[in-house]
Amino acid sequence: MAEDAPAVPGYRRDPGVHPPLDYPGYKSTGLRHPERPLKVLPHLLTEVTGPLLGEDRVGPLDHDLTRRHEGEPMGQRIIVHGRVLDADGRPVPHTLVEIWQANAGGRYRHKGDNWPCPLDPNFTGVGRTVTDGQGRYSFTTIRPGAYPWKNHDNAWRPAHIHFSLFGRAFTQRLVTQMYFPGDPLFFQDPMWNSIPDPAARERLVARYDHERTEPEWALAYAWDIVLRGRASTVFEHELALEDDD
Amino acid sequence: MEPTTPSQTVGPYLHIGLPWPDGPFALREGAPGGVWLRGTVTDGAGAPVADALIETWQADPEGRFDHPDDPRGAVRREGFRGFGRCPTDGEGRWGVYTLKPGPVPGPPGVQAPHIDVSVFARGMLHRTVTRVYFPDEAEANAVDPVLSSLDSPEERATLIAQETEDGYRFDIRLQGEGETVFFDI
Ligand SMILES: [Fe+2]
Repeated sequence: MAEDAPAVPGYRRDPGVHPPLDYPGYKSTGLRHPERPLKVLPHLLTEVTGPLLGEDRVGPLDHDLTRRHEGEPMGQRIIVHGRVLDADGRPVPHTLVEIWQANAGGRYRHKGDNWPCPLDPNFTGVGRTVTDGQGRYSFTTIRPGAYPWKNHDNAWRPAHIHFSLFGRAFTQRLVTQMYFPGDPLFFQDPMWNSIPDPAARERLVARYDHERTEPEWALAYAWDIVLRGRASTVFEHELALEDDD
Repeated sequence: MEPTTPSQTVGPYLHIGLPWPDGPFALREGAPGGVWLRGTVTDGAGAPVADALIETWQADPEGRFDHPDDPRGAVRREGFRGFGRCPTDGEGRWGVYTLKPGPVPGPPGVQAPHIDVSVFARGMLHRTVTRVYFPDEAEANAVDPVLSSLDSPEERATLIAQETEDGYRFDIRLQGEGETVFFDI
């Protein structure tokens, strides 16, 4: 049976950062968002713990999406690197980072993606790695293309790489997308525009990083990901429990 | 303080990057004592959601976690990951093979056995989070601090799984009649 345990600090909430679940500009949210207001979940033991997935989930070449087939994929070879941090600026070490993306022409290797753009026999578009002791990650891949979709008239997604992160607690779990600087398609993209704060949108844009390029081999982009930070006391989640309505 | 990174949808092509062959096995495949937690995800029109991903996280049968931030200490249980991940199929169905968790300390009080669930899908710009409770834990459920914080029996009922032949069934209704209670985490 469960015995008494000391209270544990939760994670600081980040209201206003994330897109709303109901966002009419992105049509598929229409039937897929809850209509009842969310209830506040206090951060108890199940929420401050989480799966610590590491090296055992990652193969030796999983970080290099250009070396998964006989030949090399078409497109601009790039290095995408950065750090996984928490909101206090502390690195999140040894945490699993998963990515997936379209090929250089903007086509996904997926049965649901049938737009007239060739598949690349040398590109699957999936990568995994684990951050090092300082929270750093690095992938080698090709720059994905923009792709059309049917959300609105002549809709195109800006080029992006999907990212999945765990942190060290269920509360820190994040799935997001990384974009490239100066993309001309942002203005009409509901995913981008759904983020309420324009400054927060910019946090999804990688920075061109000339220092990390490899001469005569690959360009480089740097992108840091910030997960939620730990509350310093137990006060916050105890309050949250009373705050329910 | 660093501002956090915003969420974006998993999109329709999540199957390229997220499912793992052993994803549904929070308890190693074939290990004895496991139960199947299965369900469907449906939308506001009652249609199955065929491009969702369910993730589960939970304590072991003694209410312990394999995690250093549990002040009681980390407990590793052979063959048990505590974490399950399963994409929905064409009919919106998912399933995770796991051990039924034990009660977990609050505070306040003791929490009834429960499993935390994340729902990701095309059409969801952010995950939603819910909790699975068990039908054979009426006493513990009655004093659970999270269940007790919900307004109505109808809301609480959306979080209680049903017993099945090989485990439990937990259907997730994203919207409308019988809408599952979702949490701001
Ligand atoms: Fe995409």
